[in-house]
Amino acid sequence: MAEPAISADGIRKTYRGAQTPALNGFDLEVPGGMVYGLLGPNGAGKTTAVRILATLMRLDAGRAVVAGHDVSTEAARVRQRIGLVGQYAAVDEILSGRQNLVLFGRLNHLGQARAVSRADELLERFGLAEAGGKPVAKYSGGMRRRLDLAASLIVSPEVLFVDEPTTGLDPQGRQEVWSALRELVAGGTTILLTTQYLEEADQLAHRIAMLWHGRVVSEGTPDELKATIGGDWIDLAFADADQARQALPTVAAHADGEPRTEEHRISVPVRQRTRALIAISTALAADGVEPVEVNLRRPTLDEVFLDLHRKQGDKQEVAA
Amino acid sequence: MTAVLGETWVLARRELTHWRQQPAGVIVNWLFTVMIALMFGGLFGGAIGEDYFDYLMPGMFALTMFFGVEATMTAVSTDAAKGVTDRFRSLPIHSASVVLGRCLADLMNSAVGLVVLVGAAAALGWRWQEGLGRALAAFGLLLLLRFALLWVGIFLGLVVKGPESVTMVQILVWPVGFLSGVFVDPATMPSWLGTIAQWNPLSATAAASRDLFGNPGLIPDHAMLLAALWPLLLTAIFLPLSVHRHRRLGS
Repeated sequence: MAEPAISADGIRKTYRGAQTPALNGFDLEVPGGMVYGLLGPNGAGKTTAVRILATLMRLDAGRAVVAGHDVSTEAARVRQRIGLVGQYAAVDEILSGRQNLVLFGRLNHLGQARAVSRADELLERFGLAEAGGKPVAKYSGGMRRRLDLAASLIVSPEVLFVDEPTTGLDPQGRQEVWSALRELVAGGTTILLTTQYLEEADQLAHRIAMLWHGRVVSEGTPDELKATIGGDWIDLAFADADQARQALPTVAAHADGEPRTEEHRISVPVRQRTRALIAISTALAADGVEPVEVNLRRPTLDEVFLDLHRKQGDKQEVAA
Repeated sequence: MTAVLGETWVLARRELTHWRQQPAGVIVNWLFTVMIALMFGGLFGGAIGEDYFDYLMPGMFALTMFFGVEATMTAVSTDAAKGVTDRFRSLPIHSASVVLGRCLADLMNSAVGLVVLVGAAAALGWRWQEGLGRALAAFGLLLLLRFALLWVGIFLGLVVKGPESVTMVQILVWPVGFLSGVFVDPATMPSWLGTIAQWNPLSATAAASRDLFGNPGLIPDHAMLLAALWPLLLTAIFLPLSVHRHRRLGS
């Protein structure tokens, strides 16, 4: 098998003055040429992992190899092969889009003429050709992000780190960034994407690792992960709490997990969304208890991680 | 080495592009010290004496260098807050280039500011009296002070949380500016205050350049020595602190 684009082995990192480690035995193996999603809630250690892999921060223990080079001992070589899109659009707001790209081109050691032509290519590719001469301060959030992406692609990196690319963007900006990322992978770049949105990881990533308290707790394709986390949820709302109590046994009979109730609402995990929805509605109709509202939704990240946490806890208990 | 020089120049030129993109801000900044000089020259000149303007100008030159701390600090903290510093650090460039680029850009900015102020002063009748050689030595001392203050600015810019905190420094530069030999002779202040005012780096450079320009004012003993030693001392303290702070970005 080909060498992985990124491999991390038992990375530990504790910030100065912090009680708990940000990364606590972080392992990761990312094959080349795919989008790999690193999914986790705020504070799980996603950004720390990216900063260490992108050579911005030193690790306390463990080893990481990116694009064939060790991040601790060959940082300069790693930097020649990576691109980084951080949480903030790291571009100069006073300069125009084109001036930014030329600046970063020159800092990637392109000659002036080559830097200019590369800047124009990238502006064109990211739909910024028209806005290229305007100062970045006048760009929308989505445009800034695209410029930020363009700036990290000046020398076609082997590995691109993208840290929460759509946090704080409106739906339109999010779509723009997503389609830009999809094009990139088509060009063969390996992308490590961090996100706290399950939907985003699902949309973009070929494989996903879930990060929880500084370590990877689950890894696989989006479908595999969804299977382990119990698939979708159906939320039902009834006219009052009495009706909800009446409906509960019927709903529970068709659920693939423990239902949760709250006053007049019931939420249940289901594996096969459509089939479960039809079965529950038919059964409730037969009982004569009809919900006033039915919602089919993906689990929230909180539910996913609580679920994982519970399973991990179970495992540890079994092991003990 | 040539790579570092090339990268430094690219980064310094970024700042020149800023001037072109936002000329108003830079020009106002350069003219600001001219305005202060006119204001104090006009306000106090009559009360203090005829040659006050000639006394004031070398002090204003030194104050212009001192005001540079604020500019450096703003630029450094803005880059850090916006993630631009991180982007530079993820690029295959020497880490010294980022700092040297900042140095070069800010020195150029202050040099232009100094030229503008000297031009305005000359137009209003200020002259150096002791020949070009000594005048150039005075400008050298002024830029040396600016160079030392660069490291103070870089250090403070890396320490503060964001560009917002710069406001505090913007306020603090004023009392420090007044508590010096820039506007009046510290010998006329209450003795304890005068001592503080006399011995700070700003006063040392102001007094030494008064001496070299042949402008009026009592030149305290060792002014020349202090004007050379203070910047070296500040650099010796703040350059390693800045480097340390820059390294700590990675820990």
